[in-house]
Amino acid sequence: MCALCGVLGGADHWTDAAARPGVFTYAADPLERRRERARRIAAANRVLGHYQMKVSDWQGTSFILSTATGKTEMVENLSHLWSVAERLSGRTCDPLDPTLLLRLDAAHD
Amino acid sequence: MTESAPDFTPVTLITGFLGSGKTTLLQRLLADPALADTAVLINEFGEVALDHHLLERIDERTVLLKSGCLCCTVRGELADALRDLHSRRARGSIPPFRRVIVESTGLADPFPVLTTLHADPVLRHHFRMANVITTVDAVTGARTLAAHPESVKQIAVADRIVLTKTDLAEAGTIAALTRRVRAINPSAPLHTASDIAPSVTLLFSDRSSRDAAAQDWFDQQMRTPTTAEHTDGVEAFAIVFDHQVDWTAFSLWLTMLLNRYGDAVLRVKGILDISDSEAPVAVHGVQHLVHSPTHMQSWPDGDRRSRIVFIVQGLDPDAVKTSFATFCGKPRNRAAAA
Repeated sequence: MCALCGVLGGADHWTDAAARPGVFTYAADPLERRRERARRIAAANRVLGHYQMKVSDWQGTSFILSTATGKTEMVENLSHLWSVAERLSGRTCDPLDPTLLLRLDAAHD
Repeated sequence: MTESAPDFTPVTLITGFLGSGKTTLLQRLLADPALADTAVLINEFGEVALDHHLLERIDERTVLLKSGCLCCTVRGELADALRDLHSRRARGSIPPFRRVIVESTGLADPFPVLTTLHADPVLRHHFRMANVITTVDAVTGARTLAAHPESVKQIAVADRIVLTKTDLAEAGTIAALTRRVRAINPSAPLHTASDIAPSVTLLFSDRSSRDAAAQDWFDQQMRTPTTAEHTDGVEAFAIVFDHQVDWTAFSLWLTMLLNRYGDAVLRVKGILDISDSEAPVAVHGVQHLVHSPTHMQSWPDGDRRSRIVFIVQGLDPDAVKTSFATFCGKPRNRAAAA
């Protein structure tokens, strides 16, 4: 575990191998790793809002996914996020759904 | 023969429909002295296993997986077999091997084999997926493709495709089959069994040469953009754009897409211009599985446009492009689709 940022060995997931400095290697700048997680959480929440759900950080190693009614589950990475989100919400998280895309477009504008 | 085991032992999968010549190809490959230090795992379906006898090479590094179809029952057995080989090699109880070849049954979906290597906590530190080699019977291939969806998937995930029995097929049949295979998988090098020289070059390509193969196809697409070809509901399309993409947004989008449509996305390959990165990043995925992205040395021909190629089955390309544009930002100048 990194003594400075509290990050364990890191999730061995393809999304963690990003092109941004500080995210490619686990030895890189811990602050940048934290920022990247914050960016990731903010981006995920823009989408999860459509399903009345939100995700937050847990110890820099996992995510906590919650529904509006309080159902909560920990997820390890982005790939797990969507399957858990579908299970907790009972809805299909479809990135091709025109209603979702309209909402995201409106948020961009 | 080598003295020590490599840090990561490459695992090559030979797949292809029933009777398409997998065992014959394997037999020829193993005859090459360069492949003497190879462990072989054979998966057979049926009560009487024959393939390992046909190979004429039965030693302590040849393992027969008896559970039948590789795609449903044998994942645990495959993992166990690989762990056992690794353990015995480490103890010195078998001659060292530098590579593993897995021959799957003709009915197997190759995808679970790939995920086994990625998902197993022990295997992923010792083994790496090398190539998927798919054999296609030149005589019966067209009929097989029409009747068996597994065979379409086997071609779509291939890194190398070998057309077998070309000496028995009419030239027109071979040409038509080649077009269909190319429509399913435009980027994998295609060999014929008659001109194949069994070699390590065919078997193994490192990531850079895999990137190069994708790059060649991208270059070809830039020159002559193809119209989407429909084959058994399978089509290839590309998203090309010249704005930088945010990695966070892209990874969020792709994980969401693959969670919902992983079965329909047979293959995804991309060369991406990522924000804050000088070098392009190459992304490879097979269905639900995405390999670790790699930094490429430089942009091909100074062309910094990002390109993502999808090979999909039963998925609307326009819907994917619209979704990508929403999640990853509208292109400033162009969002051309080939």
